[in-house]
Amino acid sequence: MKNYVYFLGCITPNRYPGIEVATKKSLSGFDINLLDFKGASCCPAPGVFGSFDLWTWLVVAARNIAIAEEMNSDITTTCNGCYATLQEANHLLKHNANLKSQVNELLSKVGKRYQGSLNVKHAIEVMSDDIGLEQIGKKVTRPLKGLKVAVHYGCHFLKPSETRMHGSAERPRVLDDLVKALGAESVEYRDKPMCCGAGGGVRSANLEIALDMTAEKIDNMLDAGADCLMTPCAFCHLQFDRGQVELNEKYGRKYQLPVVFMTQLLGLALGMDARALGLYDNSISSESLLNKVP
Amino acid sequence: MPSILKRQTLHGGEKGFANEVIDHGSRIFSKDDLATLKACIQCGTCTGSCPSGRRTAWRIRQIFLKTLNGLRDDVLTAEDLWNCTTCYTCQERCPRKVKTTDIVRSLRNLAVREGHMREDHAKVCQLVFNYGHAVPINEDVKATRKRLGLTEIPPTVHQYPEALQEVLKILEATGFRELVERKGRPT
Repeated sequence: MKNYVYFLGCITPNRYPGIEVATKKSLSGFDINLLDFKGASCCPAPGVFGSFDLWTWLVVAARNIAIAEEMNSDITTTCNGCYATLQEANHLLKHNANLKSQVNELLSKVGKRYQGSLNVKHAIEVMSDDIGLEQIGKKVTRPLKGLKVAVHYGCHFLKPSETRMHGSAERPRVLDDLVKALGAESVEYRDKPMCCGAGGGVRSANLEIALDMTAEKIDNMLDAGADCLMTPCAFCHLQFDRGQVELNEKYGRKYQLPVVFMTQLLGLALGMDARALGLYDNSISSESLLNKVP
Repeated sequence: MPSILKRQTLHGGEKGFANEVIDHGSRIFSKDDLATLKACIQCGTCTGSCPSGRRTAWRIRQIFLKTLNGLRDDVLTAEDLWNCTTCYTCQERCPRKVKTTDIVRSLRNLAVREGHMREDHAKVCQLVFNYGHAVPINEDVKATRKRLGLTEIPPTVHQYPEALQEVLKILEATGFRELVERKGRPT
């Protein structure tokens, strides 16, 4: 049994709790135990708060990491933004003693201390490295045969590749391999590594620009014949799910491409109930996807 | 024989601004990384890779040229500076290994200090000041959580008021609340 402290962030628990429940349920069968990250705040978002004040961004991130350090467990998360912030802050602080002591001076005012004693792993890494995709494939009881999945990686899991160290950011494979392990097909589509449009404060201040990017991605996925799109990131998930509704309402589009989180798709392949995995809690209906699942 | 053209270099303008951007970012990142700004050869790989630049007037190559030429006000007041989604595509592809996205964040930090934070962004900050989350819980999601078998309130600062106080104390101590609420550098 391996323990992780599960960093929820903002969007997973406060908008898409289905991601939270699906991640806990689908990983528990592989001896992964997700512990509560008690008292965690906003990560804070790397492209948003990092754009406003890098120093504040770093100190708040260090406080979050310090909570997990008190529990002696590595951190995992289901949002690329949270992953980016915690992984990058951890990386910066582990490699800069001067920065670490400045941060700790401030954290001491709230009784916290960053030590640099743990690792931050995306839930993708928990599946691919700790469990292994082959192992996951062996436990599949409901192979998702015939389902065409458009994989979206998002930006901050892979990039900057120098800090993240997950190999190629232009031609990643891990999520495509996961989809295959679940018995489904990963469809290739135009500009696959492109951003969902939400990051860097663009969604909050320039929604139409964010949506224009989202529409381009969805169009490319639909052109490739995708039955659904799969995300590893709660924020991308929100952008694609709410974004389609916004595009339909504001711009008269007719998008209905189901959005599924990677651990929800895993749960389905493990034979779990779609309702219990939160697949009925998206804004865009999952019905067409569920009808295709054997 | 000397050239008949008046010689101009990328660094021919006011150098101070580029150094200010490098120094600001260096509080967090390594100075060598930020100083890659000066290695820019204006090839345009960044702008050519930019998903935001395909649909807006945001031109990262141009912003870097202006930064190197010391056009401080031009850069820091540019609305388009906020169209970058921080996707890192340009940083990954830059043949000169310029830390483009980190430099953009440093530029934006300076813009915020000059009072150019967008209203919508100030609202997001206000949510963090009130709840410790940029996206706080609402009644609908509480009901969904309960139905899914989760605690109605997640085990975050939402459930622990004393933890929220810690976060707020940090936001005071770093000067962030003042930065946002006074719209810029504390006077």
